[in-house]
Amino acid sequence: MSGLRLDGIRSRALGPLDLTVAAGELVFVSGPSGSGKSLLLRAVADLDPHEGEVWLGEAPRSGIAPATWRRRVGLLPAEAFWWAETVGEHLPVTRSTHADQATSTLPPAILRLPKPLRRPPGRVSNHPALPDPSTITDWLVHLGFTPDVLAWSVTRLSTGERQRLALVRLLAQTPEALLLDEATANLDPSNGARVESVVETYRKRQGAAVLWVSHDPEQRRRIGGRSLVIRNERLEPEA
Amino acid sequence: MTLIYLSPFDLGLASILVLLLAAMSWRLRLGIERRVLIAAARSTVQLMLVGLVLKVLFAQTSLPLIGLMALVMLSVAGYEVMQRQKRRYRGVWGYGIGALSMFLSAFTVTLLALTVIIGVEPWYQPQYLIPLLGMLLGNTMSGIAIALDSLTRQAWDSRGRIEARLLAGGTWDDAIEEVRRDALRSGLIPIINAMATAGLVSLPGMMTGQILAGSPPMEAAKYQLLIMFLIAAGTGLGSMAAVWIGSRRLFDDRQRLRLDRLAAANRSS
Repeated sequence: MSGLRLDGIRSRALGPLDLTVAAGELVFVSGPSGSGKSLLLRAVADLDPHEGEVWLGEAPRSGIAPATWRRRVGLLPAEAFWWAETVGEHLPVTRSTHADQATSTLPPAILRLPKPLRRPPGRVSNHPALPDPSTITDWLVHLGFTPDVLAWSVTRLSTGERQRLALVRLLAQTPEALLLDEATANLDPSNGARVESVVETYRKRQGAAVLWVSHDPEQRRRIGGRSLVIRNERLEPEA
Repeated sequence: MTLIYLSPFDLGLASILVLLLAAMSWRLRLGIERRVLIAAARSTVQLMLVGLVLKVLFAQTSLPLIGLMALVMLSVAGYEVMQRQKRRYRGVWGYGIGALSMFLSAFTVTLLALTVIIGVEPWYQPQYLIPLLGMLLGNTMSGIAIALDSLTRQAWDSRGRIEARLLAGGTWDDAIEEVRRDALRSGLIPIINAMATAGLVSLPGMMTGQILAGSPPMEAAKYQLLIMFLIAAGTGLGSMAAVWIGSRRLFDDRQRLRLDRLAAANRSS
């Protein structure tokens, strides 16, 4: 349960910006194309050089290892890239070693599993907590997949499937804050609604701060939350 | 068997062949006659100069002079590595990564060969040092150039995948792992192929030279083998150093992928 606080974020064509997203709060950001919405999210995730500090709860980003920061403050880019063969290999947990009796009887909620965790060697490090397989299955089903999608080759995925699965991949690293860049841009309305519901469930259950870049006014109205616009390199409340 | 000295007339005869090639290029409109002639002229001047320099060097066995020669060789090789990059590192790194890796690999391996393996007395006897260093530099140069070029090209092309791995909570090491492995592999494949086909397709240059100079073929073969092992080790070490330094340089202290540290694409390579 930690909020996200941006303090004087300034990059190429942006800022300085200050913004506080409380734990469990949802903030939409919109703005014309090229106004720096994606740049803002990339700056928060610390992918581009920029000035300013970001706080997750009481912890300043500069005091946290970059890899840990990016796991805890999860960015869903507008275009999802995949580096391994199958979908499942991208998840920070192997289903086979985790799908034992003990966890599968538990309710499909996000579980804070105690250490030590079994995870594939050489993969994502610094993982204090991973969701159990039933949680991941739950997300997959909610997004319109069957669990065997994890065995699929990423090359056969459509753009929309990639986008939805990228959300699962992101949530599987149990981020404490979410940065979503046009998370439903390539989706038809029904799949868009599925993504919205999974994000909303995650936000409420985990108390995650969510910063959501969306160009869809309908979506902003439908879900609610605070709406901001980037105008002249500044963040302003939406009129 | 004694060495038959080549007269300028002999070389002149051979050069007629090159002139013939240039004439054919002109006749067939290949458009490379100028380049053929310039390259031939360059190699004539360069090799004659080196011959002269080595003659002076061999007569003196002076360490400072030999060191100077080695330094010139290294700096030219470093420049050559930089020239062969499509996307160079900006600033001093563009030159430095290649030159430093070659210095680390070619010089140490040469030194090892001279002192431990061949046991030359003194170790800097130029008749051994200069040719050995030259062969090592020449080969590590190719390996490092290929490996570095592959590293930067692939990093550039797979930016999305690298950043996706960073976003998934991976370290820079995880994120660049595959690119790095591919780069190393491509740097090492030429020397591996050369070792695998040595003697079957063609006799390696140094062995040919020794045989022409009258060495017993077995001795020439043994020297060639020694050189190949040294080159393989040198190329491997050099490529690893270059790819490691290069891949580290692609990320900053907050482990962001910094493709802005590479210059714009170089059309000539």
